[in-house]
Amino acid sequence: MLVTTAITVVRTRSLFAIVMLSGVFSLLSALLLVTLDAVDVAFTEAAVGAGISTVLLLGTLALTSRFERPVRRSPLPPLIVVLVTGAALIYGTMDMPNFGSPEAPAQTHVSPDYIQRSPHEIGVPNIVTGILASYRGYDTLGETAVVFTAGIGVLALIRLLRRRRDGEGNTKEGASLMRHHLILRVVTKLLVGLIMLFALYVQFHGDYSPGGGFQAGVIMAVAFILYGVVFSLDQVQMVLPPWLVHKLVALGVLIYAGTGIYSFFVGFNFLDYSALNPQHPEHGQHYGILLVELGVGITVTGVMVAIYYAFAARPPILSDEEW
Amino acid sequence: MTTENIHHVSASLGDHLPVLVVLVPFVAAPLLVFIGSRRLAWSIAFAASAISLVISFLLLMRVIGGEVISYHLGGWAPPLGIEYRVDAANAFVLLLVTAIAVVVLPFARESVRAEIPDRQNTLFYALFLLCLTGLLGVAVTGDAFNVFVFLEISSLATYVLIAQGSYRDKRALTASYDYLIMGTIGATFFVIGLGLLYMATGTLNMADIAERLVDQAGNRTVRAAFAFIVVGIGLKVAIYPLHLWLPNAYTFAPSAVTAFVAATSTKVAVYVLMRFMFSVFQPVFLFEVNTLEFIILPFALLAMFAASFIAVFQSDFKRMLAYSSIAQIGYMLLGIAFLTETGLTAAIVHLFNHGITKAALFMGVGIYALRLGGSFLDDIEGAGRRMPWTSAAVVIAGLSLIGVPGTAGFISKWVLVEAALEKGWWLIAILIVASSLLAVIYVWRVIEVLYLKAPKGDVIVKEAPLSMLLPLWVMALACVYFGLDTDLTISAARAAAEGLMAGTSGMR
Amino acid sequence: MLEEFTWPFIVGHLNYWLFIVLMMTGLYIVVAKGNLVKKIVGLNIFQTSVFMLYISMGKVTGGTAPIFPIDLNIDPDVVYSNPLPHVLILTAIVVGIATTSLGLALIVRIREEYDSIEEERILEIEQAIANAENQRHGQAMGGRAT
Repeated sequence: MLVTTAITVVRTRSLFAIVMLSGVFSLLSALLLVTLDAVDVAFTEAAVGAGISTVLLLGTLALTSRFERPVRRSPLPPLIVVLVTGAALIYGTMDMPNFGSPEAPAQTHVSPDYIQRSPHEIGVPNIVTGILASYRGYDTLGETAVVFTAGIGVLALIRLLRRRRDGEGNTKEGASLMRHHLILRVVTKLLVGLIMLFALYVQFHGDYSPGGGFQAGVIMAVAFILYGVVFSLDQVQMVLPPWLVHKLVALGVLIYAGTGIYSFFVGFNFLDYSALNPQHPEHGQHYGILLVELGVGITVTGVMVAIYYAFAARPPILSDEEW
Repeated sequence: MTTENIHHVSASLGDHLPVLVVLVPFVAAPLLVFIGSRRLAWSIAFAASAISLVISFLLLMRVIGGEVISYHLGGWAPPLGIEYRVDAANAFVLLLVTAIAVVVLPFARESVRAEIPDRQNTLFYALFLLCLTGLLGVAVTGDAFNVFVFLEISSLATYVLIAQGSYRDKRALTASYDYLIMGTIGATFFVIGLGLLYMATGTLNMADIAERLVDQAGNRTVRAAFAFIVVGIGLKVAIYPLHLWLPNAYTFAPSAVTAFVAATSTKVAVYVLMRFMFSVFQPVFLFEVNTLEFIILPFALLAMFAASFIAVFQSDFKRMLAYSSIAQIGYMLLGIAFLTETGLTAAIVHLFNHGITKAALFMGVGIYALRLGGSFLDDIEGAGRRMPWTSAAVVIAGLSLIGVPGTAGFISKWVLVEAALEKGWWLIAILIVASSLLAVIYVWRVIEVLYLKAPKGDVIVKEAPLSMLLPLWVMALACVYFGLDTDLTISAARAAAEGLMAGTSGMR
Repeated sequence: MLEEFTWPFIVGHLNYWLFIVLMMTGLYIVVAKGNLVKKIVGLNIFQTSVFMLYISMGKVTGGTAPIFPIDLNIDPDVVYSNPLPHVLILTAIVVGIATTSLGLALIVRIREEYDSIEEERILEIEQAIANAENQRHGQAMGGRAT
């Protein structure tokens, strides 16, 4: 099914269909990931691939165009590149251990240590969270920085035009079609609350079950985006003004890095959460994980909302009828 | 070694230097956004870079004797945790990157004011810091996956910084988009390579991978991993056939960004390439697959000639320099392809010397763009007389680019020729000299235009402001200084090369 | 070489090959297609397939998701799949979406400046700019090297 979806994407011309297919592709892969025991990853892939990136792609289409024009140049050179790459990869698989083999190096070298040691060193049931936030916590700090970079990058690229538009005094833009829809508004209000609650659950329960700061951040952002879509951009921005979003974006990274820096002062290495409770390192680890996940959550929420604001504030090229 | 106990060591601030060098700009970036003050933005960025420069100098002094510092992030010993590992090679790269940042920032102030709207200030400097953070993080880490994460921080920041050139020329946007696509393909190839390596070894720590690769030389998974990592990083390095993103990116980016990125980002990528080739896959493996001589060497030579040749025909000084960068990367690859200690020393010295040379030249271009409105050769006609200080510095850096004796560029080419002769490759030594002749041609074209042509129009043109001249001259003088006194560069590069050639044994 | 292709080998490697086919489809879209949005979609497919390849490395036959029971009473007989690839891929997914959003933001700006998101059309426009420049500044080579 994945292959079919992917190949359809190659052949389809309608960008709208392509975007939808890419969402389908993500969902299908999320399913596959679950069967491969990667529940955390599946959760994230579904939230990101099928959720956020589809929304972003649609947002972009609204600002650009719906159809792809056929390419006139020969598809042969790209085909050769791809075939060579694929051949190299297949060549690489020749000495790979069989799928699922417990004797593979990947299964025998570092990974058993994580599984054996994390219960008493970190004391968090979800091993993935333990590695993510502590053993390899520095990678996750880097990842948060990547999100931060993307966030301010998008702002640096497309925030600027807003002022120009303000001058036009265009108020119609703010008025969404759905504004007068009473039921929709009530349901949305309820739903937004529920989504936020769920986000908080995912945020603080990430050490027990799949989930964590990133997923929570995405869900939280979805709540705001939904509010914005149903009501209007102006109204979300009253609840969560852009300047506050910018502060949040930075704040999350600062919380994360700050947690790490704190350990300096107690004489520990950077990001060694044992510093938070030197007598009981595993408690310290737990606090540390909660703190940094909070940092991740805040930054991700901030960035997603900021990106939504940036996209939504631009005058769309396509009117609603054209969809 | 895996069952080594966790040691949550008590340490003084001095022991944290390896992480601090990255952390200072890292934290400064969100701080800058958090404060949100346009006036403070530059000062914070400058202060953070300056602190990093001091730290990297301290680090280099510590490891130049061949010592290796290992820092366990989160207090977890590798391979469970991520390790920062400083030896002469990366300390030298850290020094280059931070030094360029510190010199370019004062220059950037005026240049950015002219080329980018003020309201972008905070974000611009935050992105600059992030780019710096990413480059430093890539250089200092001993963990293969961590390289990817920090590489992406710097790449994403660079894409946006390049796109900031769109206020002058909209082509900056497409240049940035092309780079984004190419860069992401490169990064994904790199990740594929890491995945294959992980399959074969089960670990991500570079030293640990190396240890477990020793008896797997014939493993086809490892070979494929090698190919993917080289191509992936090669896209970032802009190795000759993978360089397509570079000319536009350098040409249309804001001057300050070009000066910084050209001097640092490809250099860091070259370093990563060396690190993977020599510390992870080890020379033994390289000898076995023969890739270097048969694949990289011809491409290096091709880059030296083809790119220089294209550079000769450019009418835009900035674009000319961009093509020359591709050619210069060829020299570094050539040094690597020799697979000898002298060859590597040459590559590392050239990495440093070319970094400062290009920083100077691109800053010169930035000044011309500010005062004369462009960097096309007919824009800068007669600038030698109207802007004597700027032009003199550009000439000095230009001579260093050719490799005239008494400049830094001469030293690196000298070592490179030495390395070629050491191997008995006469032909290649001759080719190195011959390709420098092409550099003579394009640099001469610029000098001719600067000094022998009459200025166009009678508009009075002011010499550049001091805040731009000073950084330019610092770099130009550095080109001369490192051409005369080679103590620091050669000894650091030699120590670095020794460490790399020794493979893992040098890392442990 | 052919004798390597025994039945267990094929079964044990089939899923890798499937992911490779997917990856290459994605890569083909990126390289061959001229629509900027479609390229980004291709990039996503390419990356997602790489992620699945990673995750499949971590799968242990008979293993289960790497989450301990909540009371940390660990049954030594339970086999857990390798958690490390999951961690790496979580990071990589996030990096991927970050790149995607930047790419899309760039596309929006390109659309505004060029009024097109087709590579060919953009190349034409840029060629025109480059030609105009060359007229003004004398002969030159190059233009946009794609």
